[in-house]
Order: sequence, then C-alpha cells, then structure tokens
Amino acid sequence: MGSRAQARIWHSGMVLAGIGVLAPVLSLLGLAAQGSLEHWAHLLDYVLPGAFVRTLTLLAGVGVLSAGLGVGGAWLVTAYDFPFRRTLSWAMLLPLAVPTYIVAYAYLDILHPLGPVQGALRALLGYDSPREFRLPDLRSLPGAIGLLGFVLYPYVYLTTRSMFATQAASLLEAARLLGHGPWSTFFRVALPMARPAIAVGLSLVLLETLNDIGASEFLGVQTLTVSVYSTWVSRSDLGGAAQIALVMLALAVVLITAERHGRRMLRYAGSRRTHPVQARRLRGASAWLATGLAAWPVLVGFGAPAAYLLAQTGEWLAISGAPSPRLLHAGANTVTVSLLATAITVSLGLVVAWSARIMRRPSRWLRALPRLATLGYALPGTVLAIGLLFPIMAFERGLALAREALGMAPAELLLMGSPLVLAGAYAIRFMAISVGSIEAGLTRIPPSIEQAARLLGEDVNGTLRRIHLPLLRPALATAALLVFVDSMKELPATLLLRPMNFDTLATWLYGEAARGSYEEGAIAALGIVLAGLVPVVVLARMQNRKTP
Amino acid sequence: MPSPLSLSPRLARRLAALALGLPMLAGSVAVAAEVNLYTTREPKLIQPLLDAYTQQSGVKVNTVFVKDGLLERVKAEGAQSPADVLMTVDIGNLLDLVDGGVTQPVKSAALESVIPAHLRGADGQWYALSLRDRVAYVAKDLDVQVLNYEDFADPKWKGKVCIRSGQHPYNTALIAALIAHDGAEAAEQWLRGVKANLARPATGGDRDVARDILGGICDIGIANAYYVGRMKNSPPDSDGYKWGQAIKVVRPTFKGSKGTHVNISGASVARHAPNQAQAVQLLEYLVSDEAQSLYAKANYEYPVKAGVALDPVVASFGALEVDSLPLTEIARHRKLASELVDKVGLNQ
Repeated sequence: MGSRAQARIWHSGMVLAGIGVLAPVLSLLGLAAQGSLEHWAHLLDYVLPGAFVRTLTLLAGVGVLSAGLGVGGAWLVTAYDFPFRRTLSWAMLLPLAVPTYIVAYAYLDILHPLGPVQGALRALLGYDSPREFRLPDLRSLPGAIGLLGFVLYPYVYLTTRSMFATQAASLLEAARLLGHGPWSTFFRVALPMARPAIAVGLSLVLLETLNDIGASEFLGVQTLTVSVYSTWVSRSDLGGAAQIALVMLALAVVLITAERHGRRMLRYAGSRRTHPVQARRLRGASAWLATGLAAWPVLVGFGAPAAYLLAQTGEWLAISGAPSPRLLHAGANTVTVSLLATAITVSLGLVVAWSARIMRRPSRWLRALPRLATLGYALPGTVLAIGLLFPIMAFERGLALAREALGMAPAELLLMGSPLVLAGAYAIRFMAISVGSIEAGLTRIPPSIEQAARLLGEDVNGTLRRIHLPLLRPALATAALLVFVDSMKELPATLLLRPMNFDTLATWLYGEAARGSYEEGAIAALGIVLAGLVPVVVLARMQNRKTP
Repeated sequence: MPSPLSLSPRLARRLAALALGLPMLAGSVAVAAEVNLYTTREPKLIQPLLDAYTQQSGVKVNTVFVKDGLLERVKAEGAQSPADVLMTVDIGNLLDLVDGGVTQPVKSAALESVIPAHLRGADGQWYALSLRDRVAYVAKDLDVQVLNYEDFADPKWKGKVCIRSGQHPYNTALIAALIAHDGAEAAEQWLRGVKANLARPATGGDRDVARDILGGICDIGIANAYYVGRMKNSPPDSDGYKWGQAIKVVRPTFKGSKGTHVNISGASVARHAPNQAQAVQLLEYLVSDEAQSLYAKANYEYPVKAGVALDPVVASFGALEVDSLPLTEIARHRKLASELVDKVGLNQ
C-alpha cells in the first residue's frame, strides 16, 4: 500500500472521530431549534445577567488563583533548591486525583461550625457554642473560587514546569549574568517566556470550571451551567436548556481559541534545545519558607481532604466491617470502563493528531477537525450525554434493522445495555486531552526527521511505527494517564448512559449523597482518589525523569 | 509435596460438577422472569423492597438509577427500551413521564383498591406508592408549636431560615401549592420574604437543615419529614443522630387550610414494557402490606395504604393531615413556581 493510500486511511479515521464529537453537538442544535424562544425573556430578565457575571467572576478568580499557585509552584521547584524539593515537585500534582465535588463535600464538613477547625478555634477562644462564634460560610462564590483554584492548579503547574525546566536555562542565566535579581528574572524573563504554557494549562482549568456542576451547585453558586440545569430539570424545557448550553459552548470556543493561540507560540519555543536550569540552593529560614510555600497547595488541595476521607472511612469500617461486595464490584467496573475509555481515547487522539501531521495542503475544514475534537470537553457532562442519546439510538436502530435483515431477533438494545457506550461517551468527552497531549508531543519532533525517514524509503505507517511512536511514548503516557484519571471521576454522563445494575464509584458516591447517608460514600470517594493517585504518581515520576 | 497443578479428587469432582452445572444454570437464568426498573430514586432506598419481592416471587429486578434525564433516555430508547417500570420521587417528574408519552395505562383491581383515587391517575397511567410530607425543622429549645408555611417569610426569622435550592422539585412543588392556595402574587412576596430571611445560600440537602441548626447557622428550616426518621434512628454516636437530636418537627399548614404539603413517590408502567405483566405485578407488590410496611419502617415515609403501622419516630410527629389540594394542581403550577424562584433570585 502506498503512502498516499495510507494517508487516506488516517484521514478517514480522523473524519470519523470528528463525526463522533460533532454528533452530540448537532443533536443539541436540533433540540435547541425545537425549543421555543419564549423563555429567553425570562432568562434575560432574571437569570442570565447574574449567572453570566457570577460565571465570569468564578472563571477570573479560579484563573488567577490557579495560575498563581501553579506558576509560583513551578518556578519555586525549578529555580530553587530547598528541603523536600524533589518530593514536593511531584506532590504538587496530587490534587489532580481528587474530583472537585469530593473536595467541596469534604471541606464543607471540615470547615462547618460542627467540624474540627471551628471546634478547635472555639476551644482556643473560649466559646462554648457555635451560636456565639462562627466563621463565614464556605457556601459562597469566594468559597467556590478557593476550592476550585486549589484543586485545579496542577494543570497549570504541569505545563508551566516542563516549560521552565526545559526551555528556560540559557535565558535565565543570561538574565542573572546581566545583573537581574530573582524577582526581576522571574517577572521579566521567566513569566513572559512561560506565557504559552500557562495559557495551555489555564484553558484546561477554565474549561473544567465552566462545566463544573457538582462543586458549584453544592456551594450554592448559580453559574450558567447550574442555570442550564434548572431550565431543563425544573421547567422540563430541554430545548431551552440546549439553547443555553450552546451559548455556553460559544464561551468555551473562545477559551479554546485562546489556548490554541498559546500553543502556536509554544511550538516556536519548542524547537530550541537547552540544558536544564541550575537550581539555586536556599539556606536556613528562607529554605524552609520555600518548603512551606510549595507544600501548602498540596496540603489544601489534597492532604486535608484525603485525610478527612481516610478518617471517615476508618470510622465507617470500624462500625460495619469490610466494604460490601457491591461496592467492590463498582470499583472493578470503574477501573474496567476507565481502561477501555483510555484505550479508545488515546487511539482516537493518535489518529487525529497524526492525521493532521501528515496532511499536505489540507483543506480548511479538515484543518479545523483537531480543534473540533475539543468540543466534547467544553460541554457540561449531562448536556453532552443528552446530546449523545440520539446518535447512539440512531446507530442502535441501524443495528436492529441489520439484524432483522439477517433474520435475527432484533428486539434487544445492544449498545445502551453495554459499558462500551460509556467508554465511547468518555472518549468523546475527553478526546481534547489526548489530542492536545499528542499534538504537543508531535510538535517537539522536528519535521526534518520524518523527511529523512521518507527519503530513506519508509512509508507513512513505517515512519509512525519506527520513529514517532517511540519518541511519542511520554506524550502518549501523559494522555493515557490524564484520560484515565478523568474517566475515573466522570459522573454526569455515567449517570445517564450506564447499563442496568451497573455502578461506578462515582455513581455510588452520588447515590449515597442523594440519599443523604454517606455510609459507604467515603469509601467510594477514597477509592476514586486512590485509583486516581496511581496514574498521577506515575505521571509525576515521568515528569521528574524528564526534568531532573 | 504435591505439584500445584494436581487436583485433589474432591476438588476435581467439584469442578466437574460445576462444569456440568454451569450451562444448566445459565439456561435457568435465561428463562427466569425479570423486570426492569428505571428510577430517579436512589436505588439503595428501594433495594430492601426489591430484594423482598425477588425472594417472594422469584422475579429478578434489574435497576438503573438515572438522576436527571429519565424521560429523555426512555424516549430515545423508544420501542426497543427494556424499561418496564418507571419510578420517580416527585409528582411533577412522574406527570412529565405521562405527558412525554412514555407510560401506558394499566388496570389493576389490587392497585385501585389500595391507592385512594386522588393518589393515582384516573386513566391508570401513574400510581403513588408513598407519601412524603414537607415540614418545618425547628431548633429543639425554641418555643414554636404551630407554624404556617407563610410564616417562613415573617421578618422575625431574619437570618434564621435554612432551605435547599429553590429549584429542587421538593421546593418547586411546595411553592406550586402556595401559588394554588394564595395566588402567584402572594407566592412571589413569600419567596422574597424567605430570601430575606435566609441564613445561608439555598443549597445542600434536607439533612443539612438539621446540621446547620445544630451548627448555629439557623433556627428553622423547611425539609422532608422522613429524614428525621432516618437521623433519629441512626447509631447514637453518628453525626446524623446528633443532627436529628438538635431539632423537632412541626408540621406547618397553609393559612386558611388545615393540611400539610405532601409530595409522593410513584411509578408508571413503561409504554413499551417488554414484561408488562411483571411490571404490574411489581407495582401490586409495592402496595402490599409487607412492602408498605417497609416503606414506613425502613424509609420512614407515609404509606399510601391505610392502616399500615408507622415508624415510632414518625408516629411521634402526630397524625398527618394532608393538604386537600389535588396533586395534579400542584404539578400544573410547577413551571411558574420555578420561574418565580428565578425572578426573586432565591438561589442567588
């Protein structure tokens, strides 16, 4: 098979992936078109202005906080040496393992007037009852900003740190030689240089914030996503909800475009090779101050909630013994579906990214396809799932007809009744992550290498197999780990699309919370965190190997 | 030492029996009756009922708990849908299913004799299975014995009221009832008053009302009664028990009427139910003495069947006088209720 035929196969794969992502968006457009426009007067008068302002405030607040923590942390562990630097440099990623809704739930308990913090404070100040002395309530917009910022900063940390570590050295040394102090070096050289990397990480943070429903709703913050929900659920107006969701999608597209812009500049920076930065050793109090500064995001974003879940789990196990077999089964389901979803998502990501790479003089709409792949990540999970119902069922009808034509019994649902459909939904939701990571990996491989390979007689597939795949291994691993962690945490699409008698840890936890009895909920939450911890630690170690 | 691969004769016999038996077992599973339940009800709450049913009838119950989007899923699955029984916890959600055309009318003498006429669809499209009264939680040491729902807007409770999201179906149903009783204008004024009285954002769950009363955040709140049964019946050193002990229940009424607002949990038979007979049989079981008693004793809800004994905690709240407003009337005003919540900005 010639290279051109091979390329055509890759391109068709890419188009198929594009169709997969577009299908739910198109069916949402269909729903939105069917909905009446009457409710917009109500929405514009009473809902959207406030929700819009709150959403933007939330995005701005979370953006500033996560950028501050992520960039600050990355700079600290790159430019300075202090006690526990190595440990902290990977521990800073740990909050990635904890879903925002679990953190919100844990902190509401920890910081509640009945919780340990205010209890200790009252004892210290000599008050007997929470009626005499209370701290402000966590359930507020500032509370949501704080929580989301501390949980999501690792995305910024991840991208910025590898930028600092691999790109910065010679320029930073030049700045130092020219007499710039540490502050001036950071603000005038390191920060501007890291801007593209910050944009990439920040866009992930902001997309997660935009489509977050669990934490915002729990903390009583009426964002646009929460408004989509009340329109749909409380007023049974699915068409109207789809219309708002599409407006939000436009907001997300703005974010994605900004990120793309950032990434284009990253490619420019990526072609240079330098040696790693020499960390400056700190001594005495300033060294321990640095340790404290790097440790506190980890303690707030991961340490405290994880400790809380451990304590709750211990308490429950002491009361009732081993976890129930059903919970263990839910754990096994979670891992199986997440692995399946990871395999599909990373394969599709490779198809899309590689296909875009080998395209010669691509037409405009084909070039837009990798960008389209990110749409799934930009939609709130339930909205995406509703959008998926119709394409899945269209496919299902086709299968039924085919079976009928072959003389087989057509009645049963094949897809809706299988975990495969869940894995597919996760793949569509998280394809942005795998396409993004693999594309970023590809840009680090100069095109001259594949030109050389092609000159030496390798075809498209041979080049991929013998040159790019080995070089892409870290990028593929990053993609796989991030997708796996996100699949483990996925809740809204799972709730709507799962087969009968099928629980994941996330749906289990949700069920317990819905019932208002958190019996085994803490175990399920801890399970999600622990299972997410494995890939995060692997990811962190990979990062460390790359950036000593 | 025996090689790890060599089997003891006993184990070998067992394995052989298993190998012969498995296909037969698989065959028997395939013919055994099954019924498929789609529910917006947290499945663990009804699991004891379903287990008891399976034990008694031999019919296996498959469940999927769909939070939001039950109607959309069943609609999309269409004629191929495996759903037999659709179960929800709110009259509005249940009637949405009927209006969405995914249910079918069923006739059953057993259902009709147990469930009073106002708690089921006249055409047999839906049946209520349990009642859930929405009551006031009041800090235990406060001297409050009687309340109207209207009192929650009284400025004397400024900064003292806790309630979950105004958009939650439990609250939109209550507001809809208020609209039916007092009119939309008065309901809007009531919402403004409640908003001014809020001690914290309208969010969280019903149990958080009890927790926040113990935490000193508020003094009174609106929540469903069965949570109190659950909390007060928890192990004495658990958090839930402490929250439950911090409050007492007062059953409010509407001004000028004598009843307390009640919502239902209920079910319908799905329009394309592949096991229609089993579906009806499951519904009939759910209103049997045994099942209704489980609703009362394990879930602390009010049975729809007269004469079934209550849980002692629930019984201690006194006799329940149900507001006379028809459920369909409540469902009718639900959309307006939700819009008023937005208009007043209760959740903001």
